[in-house]
Amino acid sequence: MNHSISLTVNGARRDFVLDDPRVTLLDLLRERLHLTGTKKGCDRGQCGACTILVDGKRINSCLALAISHDGADILTIEGVARGDQLHPVQAAFIAHDGFQCGFCTPGQIMSAIGMMREGQAGNDPERVRECMSGNLCRCGAYAGIVDAVLEAQAGMDETNQRRSA
Amino acid sequence: MPELNLTSAPAHLRHGSNIGQPLTRRDGILKVKGQATYAADNHPPGMLFAVMAVSSIAHGRVVSLDVAAAKRHPGVVDVMTPDHKPQLAIDPDIKTNPFVFRMEVLQSNEVRYANQPIAVVIAETLEGATEGAALLAPRYEVLPALVGLDAGESYVPPVVGVGNPAEHHHGDVEAGLASAERQIEAVYETPPQYHNAMEPHAIVASWDGDNLSVDMPTQGLMLSLARIAELFGVTHDKIHIRSPFLGGGFGSKGLMAGPPTLGIMAAKLVGRPVKLVLRREQMYGPVGHRAPTRQRLRLGTDGEGRLTALDHHARTVSSIFDDFYEPAADASHTLYAAPAIRTSHDAVRVNTGTPLFMRAPGEATGSIALESAIDEMASACGMDPLAFRLKNYAEVEPMTGRPFSSKALRACYEQGAARFGWAKRPVQPRQMRDDAGLLVGWGMGTATFPALMFQAEARAAIRRDGSGVMEIGAHDMGQGAWTALAQIAADAVGLDIDRVEFKAGTSDLPDAGIAGGSAHTATAGAAIHSAGAAVIAELADLATNDERSPLFGAGNAGVIAREGRLIRRDDESRSESYAEILARAGVAEIEARGTGAPNPAAMEQYAMHAHGAVFAEAKVDPELGQVRVTRMVGAFAAGRIVNPRLVQSQLFGGMIWGLSFALHEEAVTDRRSGRIMNANLGEYHIPVNADVPPLDVITVEEHDPHVNALGIKGVGEIGITGSAGAVANAVWHATGVRVRRFPIRIEELLTQR
Amino acid sequence: MKQFDYVRPGTIAEAVAAAARPGAVYLAAGTNLLDLMKGGVSRPDRLVDVTHLDGLDGIETLADGSLRIGALVGNADLAHDAEFARSYPAVTEALLSGASAQLRNAATVGGNLLQRTRCAYFYDTASRCNKREAGSGCDARDGENRSHAVLGWSESCIATHPSDFCVPLVALDAVVEIEGRSGRREIALDELHRLPGDAPERESALEPGDLIVAVRLPPAARGFAAHARYLKVRERTSYAFAVVSAAAALRIENGRIAEARLALGGVAAKPWRARAAEDVLRNVVPTADAFQEAAWRALEGAKPSGDNAFKIELARRIVVRALLLAAAGTPARMPALPASPFASTSGAIHA
Repeated sequence: MNHSISLTVNGARRDFVLDDPRVTLLDLLRERLHLTGTKKGCDRGQCGACTILVDGKRINSCLALAISHDGADILTIEGVARGDQLHPVQAAFIAHDGFQCGFCTPGQIMSAIGMMREGQAGNDPERVRECMSGNLCRCGAYAGIVDAVLEAQAGMDETNQRRSA
Repeated sequence: MPELNLTSAPAHLRHGSNIGQPLTRRDGILKVKGQATYAADNHPPGMLFAVMAVSSIAHGRVVSLDVAAAKRHPGVVDVMTPDHKPQLAIDPDIKTNPFVFRMEVLQSNEVRYANQPIAVVIAETLEGATEGAALLAPRYEVLPALVGLDAGESYVPPVVGVGNPAEHHHGDVEAGLASAERQIEAVYETPPQYHNAMEPHAIVASWDGDNLSVDMPTQGLMLSLARIAELFGVTHDKIHIRSPFLGGGFGSKGLMAGPPTLGIMAAKLVGRPVKLVLRREQMYGPVGHRAPTRQRLRLGTDGEGRLTALDHHARTVSSIFDDFYEPAADASHTLYAAPAIRTSHDAVRVNTGTPLFMRAPGEATGSIALESAIDEMASACGMDPLAFRLKNYAEVEPMTGRPFSSKALRACYEQGAARFGWAKRPVQPRQMRDDAGLLVGWGMGTATFPALMFQAEARAAIRRDGSGVMEIGAHDMGQGAWTALAQIAADAVGLDIDRVEFKAGTSDLPDAGIAGGSAHTATAGAAIHSAGAAVIAELADLATNDERSPLFGAGNAGVIAREGRLIRRDDESRSESYAEILARAGVAEIEARGTGAPNPAAMEQYAMHAHGAVFAEAKVDPELGQVRVTRMVGAFAAGRIVNPRLVQSQLFGGMIWGLSFALHEEAVTDRRSGRIMNANLGEYHIPVNADVPPLDVITVEEHDPHVNALGIKGVGEIGITGSAGAVANAVWHATGVRVRRFPIRIEELLTQR
Repeated sequence: MKQFDYVRPGTIAEAVAAAARPGAVYLAAGTNLLDLMKGGVSRPDRLVDVTHLDGLDGIETLADGSLRIGALVGNADLAHDAEFARSYPAVTEALLSGASAQLRNAATVGGNLLQRTRCAYFYDTASRCNKREAGSGCDARDGENRSHAVLGWSESCIATHPSDFCVPLVALDAVVEIEGRSGRREIALDELHRLPGDAPERESALEPGDLIVAVRLPPAARGFAAHARYLKVRERTSYAFAVVSAAAALRIENGRIAEARLALGGVAAKPWRARAAEDVLRNVVPTADAFQEAAWRALEGAKPSGDNAFKIELARRIVVRALLLAAAGTPARMPALPASPFASTSGAIHA
């Protein structure tokens, strides 16, 4: 049975017919929309490589059926930078070497962006570690990831202060 | 045309250039934007999805597959089985060279281990192929599975690791033990571990007649190419492999294994491009792992804490059909100056996928046992573990008496201990607590890894516009080849890094050897260095032989290459740009090749190893037994550091692997069925962010004129050695409980209150 | 994954009717269900997607002081609700110690109640499992079972319930509101999950078509806010299931425990309410000795189901510690590492 669904992906509305309700958001993005920045590391919600924002919240796209998310607003790693202008989290990941092989990186960055929106970790490194623990990194770039997130968070705090001043 | 365009990082992210500079990753922008293309990201037109069905038994035969049910499933195009598959040109079980990994590619119905591929379903959609594979519902004839370190008769393997003898000795170990004032004997066990790179093994294969195009992560482009060529009976020039990025390798993508071969077969069977990606659970079998070990160490010391003998025996396993033996005991060859050392191995065969090299194969497993035993011996002698190690410091390689090509371990001990504050450590365990009442322990371990060199080739060119080209089929699996090798290339041709087009990651480029053994930067770097020197020499020939050049008559040795110019050594005011030289000569481009290779004479004369010292702090809940590492300091001496930023990351990664070895990783095998019961990332634990404490790495300066032209020793694996033992020793120091089975589990720490 | 019909009902009544048919299951966030479907453990014919139903995602205080949490409230939304955290801190701590931030963002309250066991033999479809396939046998009983049940297990099944969230909920007498074919009813959460007995395939008191629509915390549950903790021992600092966990909540009046609540996680096929332990704590001064006594009571009847005798001793120690932490008082701010023994690790080291 075909199902018509509509999603907003990185700001653009996409309407399409889903011929199979089994398709996850992850496989939809990767294999049908060819947005391959989002990675499949485990396909079971155990590694975080597939993290995307759905309606502003970070989730594992491997455990989300596309059909159930009809109408959702999706942000993937491809939609984070503005052209050549990197998102502060992206720039901080480069500056702090927050990755090695880079496979977990899109998920880490989406998770970090989601985490900053949640506002639970602030600038406390221990809270950042805890709140980023849903994203495994086998190369072991955790130290750089934490430093990158803290730097991006500090930059955001500064911007907010300037705005409110 | 380069297949990959690396966007330069914006200027504010640049921190310098060329060797020794902490450049940020040149592939960084691609990676943070999700634009770095890993194998599974490819999607050629007409591509189908292939999904493997794998065996749920560990030993026996497949007696039936419901192919009809799979084929009835919507979208399924074909089902590849032992009865329906393209023929290979050679028997995949024939070892044509030592680097052949025997593989299961549907050559029979036999099942040799759990998770062995037994069929491949090819479909229009991933969902269809996945369910098609489930619908095959295999029936089996089951034979008893051989499981564990006592599965059967043991034997002494002909070689361990890659070509090492199973037994080594120097001096008389029994006499040394007999004469010892103190002796300890301890048995340590390490579990099977799986590489679990974040990127599952994947291949996208397309045939066009006899031409084969492959996207696949590989740590050895040319090894893979040669293996594919012999399996499919095609010449090397017909095969093109792209592997610009690996999502981690750690050894598991070193040798051509069954699953990518099945992907190529599937593409041939259906005559369309095919993508085959392993499911996470399918990575626990056909693509290698670290074998379990049981290691017995016997140590003797004299009255002053000097070792009189060191005996290290390791039991390990291999598969029932192939040979790889974790060379765990060899870790005792280099570190401690005992007058008598014996290392030996034996093995049993079990129903497992064949073990393989996994980050510091042998060194990691052996190191945690050796460093634990050294800690136990130090404690038995009432000595500080660092003092004990210094007392037994090896001034020459103990097994051979050869001098070290360089060894700054003493400086590592000193600097690491000072940074950590080791001097305040009480000798007795269970002496320290923090404000919250948690037990605190400090442990240390010595790190070591051989400085290896393989074979590599590179091609360098200087173009008419004065820019450079460096080509080498090198591999970036996260260590940073795109950056570090480009830095070496830039220096080799005397250009700023942005003026050198650095090409890597495809099989049409010169052979870079294998990215393994912590030797890739050294080996590929040496080839790049030599190719660069050769092309500069040619350029210098053009200039110095041309009387119109300001360099005329300077002779080759008389010029240096810098910032795109050749400059007279004796008179720096006389110079000429590359572009000018080539323009005058009317040459569009000059090129030269270079090689990197081990130097047998130097290897004969010197023992070549990197060293380090790792210090760890662990906290343990005194009642609940949960452990957390709260601090680690590693000081490493590994020759020349090409890029300190990337080297620090590599060493951090290794230290985290050490922490993981001591506290987390273990594949749990059902002792009856031989199936791995935690073949997933939820229950096969690798550290999460919250497990990793602030880490501190010191790179100790070390100049080594012997290892290779650049003095590079390699840092990919050494970080895990020493670290695993340091964490284990810290847990002992916190609790007074010596755990000899790894990973350390909560129940072992509940014994004492 | 098996093919299935996807149904998106417009009302609760339609949902119940659609899900009452054999082979139908409810889909909420799917964080557990999809995992099970991908592993072939669950092969439903029909998914009834309740995520678009109206009215199930509210948190409301009722006139009698109860708190009613809609079944579709997200775990993270509930955990990040400041008023909720003030009133039921142990529940918040349990929520934040479970899974990862991504999973908590997706997962729902109702779904969490019904998550399935992590027993590896249940997940491994080649193994015999009475829970997955009634009457097939239990390969866990003689298998790799160091993480299995020590309370309430049977020869048919030694699996544990993995939820963190349910542990403080059951301690606080949470009630589950259910919409079924015969209308609305409610049962105590403690009665939702069943012990295995000889029918481990029947995991809950739910009948076909039953839909959990809300979880309710009774007015008395707020009375423990000043002294309520959740403590979870695990094999990673984060993103791991409990080896053993405990929720402890005390109402302390004039230096004595007026009422105690205690439940254990990771020890049985259901969140384990330890009423005998609660009884011995009534009207006593909160001391380590009293908590030791309670711990012995809590684990009365515990026996190893395999290589897991350590869990009994560990559970006793966790009970004591959780009670001590609760007695010390709920921290003003959620610890950086919720429910962790390392929740408050900072400060000087001394000999």
